[in-house]
Amino acid sequence: MPRINEKVSYWMLVLPALTIMVCFYILPVLGIWEIAFTEPETGLGNFVKMAESNAVKTSFVITFRVAAITTVGCLILGYIVAYAISNFASRLTPLMVALVILPFWVSVLIRSFSWIVLLGRSGLVNDALIHAGMIERPLRLMHNELGVLIAMIHVMLPFAVLPMLTNMRGISGIYVQAARSLGASEWTSFRQVYFPQTLPGVLSGALLVFVLSLGFFVTPALLGGGRVLMISEYITYQIQEFLNWGLGSALSVALLVATALVLLISARFVNLRATLLERK
Amino acid sequence: MNTPILSIKNAVKRYGTVNALDGVNLDVAEGEFLTLLGPSGSGKTTLLSAIAGFIGLDEGTLALRSNDITGKPPEHRDFGMVFQGYALFPTMTVRENVGFPLKIRKRPAAEIKKRVDEALEMVQMGAFADRMPSQLSGGQQQRIALARAMSFDPQILLLDEPLSALDKKLRADLQWELKDLHQKLGVTFIYVTHDQDEALSMSDRIIILKDGAIQQEGGPNTLYDRPRNRFVADFLGKSNFIEATVTGGSGPTFHCESQGTPFDLITDEPCEQGQAISLALRPERLRLGLPGAELVPATVKQVSYLGERCQVLVVREGGEEFLVSRPTWKTDITPTPGLQVSIGWDADAPVVLAPS
Repeated sequence: MPRINEKVSYWMLVLPALTIMVCFYILPVLGIWEIAFTEPETGLGNFVKMAESNAVKTSFVITFRVAAITTVGCLILGYIVAYAISNFASRLTPLMVALVILPFWVSVLIRSFSWIVLLGRSGLVNDALIHAGMIERPLRLMHNELGVLIAMIHVMLPFAVLPMLTNMRGISGIYVQAARSLGASEWTSFRQVYFPQTLPGVLSGALLVFVLSLGFFVTPALLGGGRVLMISEYITYQIQEFLNWGLGSALSVALLVATALVLLISARFVNLRATLLERK
Repeated sequence: MNTPILSIKNAVKRYGTVNALDGVNLDVAEGEFLTLLGPSGSGKTTLLSAIAGFIGLDEGTLALRSNDITGKPPEHRDFGMVFQGYALFPTMTVRENVGFPLKIRKRPAAEIKKRVDEALEMVQMGAFADRMPSQLSGGQQQRIALARAMSFDPQILLLDEPLSALDKKLRADLQWELKDLHQKLGVTFIYVTHDQDEALSMSDRIIILKDGAIQQEGGPNTLYDRPRNRFVADFLGKSNFIEATVTGGSGPTFHCESQGTPFDLITDEPCEQGQAISLALRPERLRLGLPGAELVPATVKQVSYLGERCQVLVVREGGEEFLVSRPTWKTDITPTPGLQVSIGWDADAPVVLAPS
C-alpha cells in the first residue's frame, strides 16, 4: 500500500472541520463586518452613532462591570474550592472534581431558570426568609445586577476552578513544608511560597471567565429581565426588535474588538497558549 | 555522653492499624552525623518528619537540649531541612531562596546579604546568586537547598534522602562535600537514606530501622562487622547465612557442625553444647580454593565481574548457595560456571546472630 504523505494526511484530517469553520463561521462574521460598514449607507455612520449613544456607553460599562465582578467572585470562590481539593488528601477528591465538572452537563438555560425559581419575588429564598420572619417584604434578588451576578458567578465558576485546580495539583506539598522548616508560619508560607506559584492558574482562570462573561447572553438576559442590558443582549434588541442590522453589526464588531484587546493585553501577562490550548 | 542535643523517648506513630513508629528511643549527640537507614516503609522518613514537626506523635516525647518540643510547630523548632526533591521555591531567585529563613526572622538587609553570600560561598555557588532554580542542574539545586537550610545556623540539619535523585558520580562527589561541611561546621546532621553505601561512608553512627523499630545502632564498622540479627546482616552489605549446631568447646572457641561439615568458631557470644545457631558470613571473608584445598566442596554457578572485585556464586552439595567476593587481581583460580572448587573461612569470620 502506498504511504500517504504526512502532510497530506494532516490536511485530510483538518479539512472537514476547517471547511465548516470557514463557511459557517468566518465568512458570516466577515459578513457582519461588511454590514456594519454598509447598512443603511456605506461609511462609519454606525460607529459614529454608537459612539454618540449614551445607551451603548451604559451597556458597555455594565458589560465590563458585570464581567469584572463575576471574574473576581469566581476567582475568590474558585480558589478556595481548588485549594481544598488539591491540598487535603481525601477519598472524596474524585467526587469533588466531578462536582466541579457536573454543571457542564446541565444546560446554561436550565441553570439560569433554576436561579429564577430561587431568586424570584416569591422564589424559594424570599419565601424561606419571610417564613423565618427575617424579612417582611420580599427582597429584590433578580431583575437587577445582583441577580445577574449571582447566576453568572455560578455559571462561570467551573471555568475558574479548572485551570486553578490543574495548576495547584501540580504544586508539591514540600514547598510549604520547606518554608515552615525554615521558620515561616502557615500563613506566611501560603502567602510567600504557595500563592505565587498559583498565579499562573489564577490568571488563566481570570482570563477565561472574563472573556466568556463579556459576550454572555442567556444568563444576563434571563436574570436581568431586560433591566441589565449587557452588550450581547443590546445587540439582540437592535436586530430583533428594531431590525437595525447596521448598528447591531457595528456593536458586534466593537465587542469582538474589545475582547481581542483584552486578550492582547493579557497576553503580556499570561501564557495564552497554555491557557487556551493546552488545558488538561 | 553529655546531654544529647535531641532526645526521642518511646516515639509511636500509628497509621490505621500499622505502627509506622513502634516505640523508638534515640539520643542524638551534639555535632554527630547520624544516619537513619532502612528499606522503604521502615519508618525512617516518618521519624524524620516527626523530628521536623510535620507529623505529630501518637505517643512519646521529643526534647531539644532537655526542653520538650513534642507539640511545637515546625517553624519554631529551628531545624534546617534538605529535601529529596530540593524544594527550592521556583518563584524566587537563588539569593531570595537562601535569604528566605533570614527574612522570616526579620534580620537587617545588610546582614541577610552578607550571610547569603557566605552560605553560597560555602557550597561553591556564589556565581549563581541571581539565577532562578529552574536554570540550575539537580546537583546545583541541592547545593542551594543545603545553603538555604544552613544560612540561619539551625540547631540540627535534617536531610531526607538528599542525594537519591542525583546520578552516581555526582552522588559520590556530594557525599564528600557533605562530610566536609559537617566537619567544618560542627552542626548535628540527621540523615535519612535507604542507600547503605551512603550510610556507611558518611555516618558517625547509623540507626537501622525496620517496621518502625530500631534493629541495631552503632558506628559503620561495628554494624558491618557485628550485625546483631539476620535483617541487619542482610540489609547492610551482603551476607551468607549458615545454620549450625554447637558440638563442643568452651568460649571463645567452639566446635560447630553444619550439614555434616565440622568447623571451629571464635566468638564472644555465649554458646552451649547442642545449641542451634545462625551465622552470618560476609562474602569477602569466604575463601575460594581448588577442590580439596578448603573446607566445603562446591561448584561455581555464576560469576559477576565488578571491576575491582568479582562476585562468585557457588553451590554446595545439597543446593545451599554462597556468595564469594574476591579481588580480581587474585588469579590462582579463574572461576567460570561449572568449575569444581572449595570454600572456606577463618574461625573468627562468622558472626552469631540473635534468634529472630
